[in-house]
Amino acid sequence: MIRAFGYNEFLFLLSAVQWTLLLSAIAFIGGGIVGLFVALGRTSDVKPLRWLATGYIQVFQGTPLLMQLFLVFFGATVMGIDMSPWVAAALGLTLNTSAFLGEIWRGCIQSVPRGQWEAASALGLRYPGLMRYVILPQAVKVAVPPTVGYLVQVIKGTSLAAIIGFVELTRAGQIVNNATFQPFLVFGIVAAIYFALCWPLSLLSQRLEARYAAPTR
Amino acid sequence: MTYDFQFDAVFASWDMLLGGAWLTIKLSFGAMAIGLVVAILCALGKTSGPKPVRWLINAYIEVIRNTPFLVQIFLIFFGLPSVGLRLSPDVAALIAMVVNVGAYATEIIRAGIESIHKGQIEAGLALGLRPLQVFRYIVLKPALRTVYPALTSQFILLMLSSSIVSAISADELTSVANNIQSQTFRSFEIYIVVTGIYLVLALMFSALFAGIYRLAFAYSVDRR
Repeated sequence: MIRAFGYNEFLFLLSAVQWTLLLSAIAFIGGGIVGLFVALGRTSDVKPLRWLATGYIQVFQGTPLLMQLFLVFFGATVMGIDMSPWVAAALGLTLNTSAFLGEIWRGCIQSVPRGQWEAASALGLRYPGLMRYVILPQAVKVAVPPTVGYLVQVIKGTSLAAIIGFVELTRAGQIVNNATFQPFLVFGIVAAIYFALCWPLSLLSQRLEARYAAPTR
Repeated sequence: MTYDFQFDAVFASWDMLLGGAWLTIKLSFGAMAIGLVVAILCALGKTSGPKPVRWLINAYIEVIRNTPFLVQIFLIFFGLPSVGLRLSPDVAALIAMVVNVGAYATEIIRAGIESIHKGQIEAGLALGLRPLQVFRYIVLKPALRTVYPALTSQFILLMLSSSIVSAISADELTSVANNIQSQTFRSFEIYIVVTGIYLVLALMFSALFAGIYRLAFAYSVDRR
């Protein structure tokens, strides 16, 4: 039976936004935590650590996000774990985000002038203190604009969870479309909602970039 | 671990996988070539077009960059038929990829064009080159050279995101994998092999782009 697209359908789409946001938040926070270690590994003086982090980044940046989600989803079954699409999507997106943020933050860490590292170690700071008090605070300033920009990629990436069957915004759009057969309207609204979520972040990222790019000294 | 890996089912259908990979390559290169033309035109329009044109191009870029590729595909494949334009999955996939990469590449190329010093253009005009010649030789080529790394990594991202067009069953690599999976149920084996194929494709693409760079752009530039 074909239903008309009405207020209820619109509300259904809107309520699915919370899952998109929750998934984005988990991927971003989880990915940020893992990504920090990836970035530290990537800039480490210990060769095996550097190789490991480089390989990790290469694999996640060199394969489609959709395949990564599939592998987490079906890989869990291989290991005898019954994983819901929700957990699989959260885990897959977290891993993917960590690789990309790790690579972005590597650049930020390396942008801190070499003299800062040398000065800090000359003052007797060991690696943890050197990172914590000297390098990372300066790297964070550089990292903010691209990180906010990457948040847009994370939000858009959560749409792929629809393909493995998790009901977030895009999947909700498919469900509504299957009931109403008004694809232009339904996916137009879905696209508009994503745009409303992402565009402010894009603008913020641009503004931050312009501000930090201005000479500070 | 008690799982019994069976890769025979995957390798039994290697010809299908190869066919899928070939379509992925064709779609990617098709979208890259057309997308590059779209992007050069839009970048030209954005840097030197009249205001309404610039506004339109900006709207196109912002809309595409702030909505998911999957939703763009759905709009093109399911939405366009409702206004009377029926597309095959492969054509819809190609159009979606062109539209998508066009927006990203426009911004990249615009940045390249803006990096060209104004004096260069004036010098070209003073030497009697026509505006189109100035654009072709003095603006575009050095601009492309400057943004080449960003542009090619965008193209590799495009190839990887082409896996998403499997959602409308274009017959590229991921769709083929889905088909094999639904016949054999060896999900993990198939997807790990296909992920490997994508990784190889990504490495091949970046080797190819490095080769093209050496052929087309490897002249020394003295920048002051």
